[in-house]
Amino acid sequence: MATTSVETTRGVSGGGAAGRVPAAPARRGRRRLPGTPQQWSAIGFAVPLLVYLLAFYAYPLWRNVELSLHDYTVRAFVQGDPEFVGFANYAEVFTSGTFGAALINTAVFTLVSIGFQYTIGLVLAVFFQANFRLSSVLRALFLVPWLLPLIVSSSTWAWMLNSEYGIVNSVITAFGGQQINWLTSPETALISVIIANVWLGIPFNLVILYSGLQQIPADLYEAASLDGATTWQRFRHITVPLLRPVTAITLLLGSIYTLKVVDVVWIMTTGGPGDASLILAVWSYREAFGTGRPEFSPAAAIGNLLIVIALVFGFVHLRMQRSRERS
Amino acid sequence: MHNPPRTSAARSVPAGLAAATLVLATACSSSGDGGGTSQDADTYTWWDPYPQHSEGSAWAERVDDCGERAGVEIERTASDTTDLTNRALLAAQEGTSPDVILLDNPAVPTLADTGMLATVGELGLEVGAVDENLLAAGVVDEKTYGIPIGANTLAIYYNAEILDGAGVDPESIGDWESLTGALARVVDNGDKGITFAATGTEEGSFQFLPWFWGAGADLHDLDSPEAVKALELWDGWLAEGYAPESVINNSQNTTWEEFSTGEFGFAVNGTWQVNSAAEADFDTGVIQIPAQGGGTAPAPTGGEFIVAPLQAETDRYDVTRQIVECMTTPEGFVETATTFAYYIPPTAEGQEALLEKQPELEPWVQAVRDAKGRTSDNLGTDYPEISEPMWTAVQNALSGSATPAEALKQAQADAEAATGR
Repeated sequence: MATTSVETTRGVSGGGAAGRVPAAPARRGRRRLPGTPQQWSAIGFAVPLLVYLLAFYAYPLWRNVELSLHDYTVRAFVQGDPEFVGFANYAEVFTSGTFGAALINTAVFTLVSIGFQYTIGLVLAVFFQANFRLSSVLRALFLVPWLLPLIVSSSTWAWMLNSEYGIVNSVITAFGGQQINWLTSPETALISVIIANVWLGIPFNLVILYSGLQQIPADLYEAASLDGATTWQRFRHITVPLLRPVTAITLLLGSIYTLKVVDVVWIMTTGGPGDASLILAVWSYREAFGTGRPEFSPAAAIGNLLIVIALVFGFVHLRMQRSRERS
Repeated sequence: MHNPPRTSAARSVPAGLAAATLVLATACSSSGDGGGTSQDADTYTWWDPYPQHSEGSAWAERVDDCGERAGVEIERTASDTTDLTNRALLAAQEGTSPDVILLDNPAVPTLADTGMLATVGELGLEVGAVDENLLAAGVVDEKTYGIPIGANTLAIYYNAEILDGAGVDPESIGDWESLTGALARVVDNGDKGITFAATGTEEGSFQFLPWFWGAGADLHDLDSPEAVKALELWDGWLAEGYAPESVINNSQNTTWEEFSTGEFGFAVNGTWQVNSAAEADFDTGVIQIPAQGGGTAPAPTGGEFIVAPLQAETDRYDVTRQIVECMTTPEGFVETATTFAYYIPPTAEGQEALLEKQPELEPWVQAVRDAKGRTSDNLGTDYPEISEPMWTAVQNALSGSATPAEALKQAQADAEAATGR
């Protein structure tokens, strides 16, 4: 099938290109193909990309919107006859008792995770900027969280934070502290998943910020130290401003990644106890796949909400970039 | 910026179009290939939720054998239960359903409701011999959509050495009060009391139900005083330190790991741990889960149903029936039971045949006979909508974010909103 199409294509387009010039005067009523050959070649080269974008980006997105505007019960999903309900799924999500808790949890989870990931990542990046013996080995070790499959690292965190047998509690009680029910108490469940997520996110921040630091010319630091600037002043007045573009993109990507986190939370607490560590992405997953009865429509509505939130972050980033370019 | 010379641009027009067409052509042809494989007359597709039994295992051989007897080849695909349900739904939507699915029993009404399953009548299967309490999970609106290939349920395992040390006679445990008394003595003796699974998934509901039903509560009424009693029992155990905090996150496997440390007096777990209990470093025993006022509490039935999705080519049903029958004869049930070491046959004949071979399974056969389907009581597809608020209530109460009464009141409100009852 593939070979025949190529041959026909060659025949048709080859003939078209060769026959175009003589054909034009012959058929007076029909105009030649509009556009220059360059435009056509541009379109030809763009088509594969367009097809790819449509199939893998536009269609899923449209499908998600469609899911959220219909009432896809399990039966309707199989039989393909869902009822159109407009924004009822969104209304259901917004008025649900879970929504407020999930929104606050998402905000706390994202902001606190990003804050710690960025700060620790930056401190480590600055630390490793000074090349010392074994620094590259140590830096490589910090990437380990990145290399581990998420199911491994999340399960390991869940075991370490186990109330009865976890190593964290055994250390705390060895020093005379009280056992903390990390994953099973509503007060600490969210903190626990944030701790695990920060640990997971540090390598990403470290790598990007470290490469950002490499691009700051060393002679600036030299000049500053000749002028008598302290380490802190050099950091404050050279590193921070020159790292700003990298910082912006790190924070943007970090916040989008963090908004989407499902696996870590699902493996450690499944969003519980109750809704104590439920974030929007986990809620969406729980609606669609976490119970015996898939609720695809509300899950899609929550998913779309997350896309909108991520878009807002993206626009903020674009705006910041534009205003910086202007100045 | 870099304008190429005109000639090369002109030459690249057909090249670009050809490239685009090629991409489209390959995209079309590859999707065409994918659809053709599923409906081969001599190959029957089989999905089951046992990824732990890989190719070449006793179970896989048993499945192959049933195919051979029907004169066809069975292509078996295994995935975990939740994934299996979702894949079955997707396949039904695409019209590429497998011929046979082994499915966890509470999911059967959900799939049956979509109209994607054939009834036993359509397949020409006999189900008269199957225990009614076990078959109930597959009955929706008086139509039966499958046959249980075996059943399992919950009971309480105990560590005989710990109970001896604390001077507790397991035979004396007949109701909640005597059980809690036994826990107190075990804990006073310096051991840990009981562990169970109260995680925020279906497993949490599965483990809560024997206590819920044992108090006389009904799934239509999650906040009845009886239901509150059941949740207060669990909550009280946590408050007294008879059960560890970790039960809130425990799956049934984690529960078993805790019990296997030898530190716990009791653990609630299922038929599937019989072998593992026999291999433990300490002596174990089994008692039925007591009802509040004495007697045995109805435990929920677990286990898979064998179901057949509707096919466009109805002439396939004949072979499908032969495959299903191969799995559901008395010998077939016993073979399944011994292959898995934990499945109790769902027919009286099969149970007797199994007990002849393994008389030590007697308490489990009794437990299965007393068990109750989760989707029975005419709940059907409403069960998942009730189960989720219920496990959430258990989580909220045990973690201390609400009292048992408050948590169940909220659960009942959520369940009513979800089912529209």
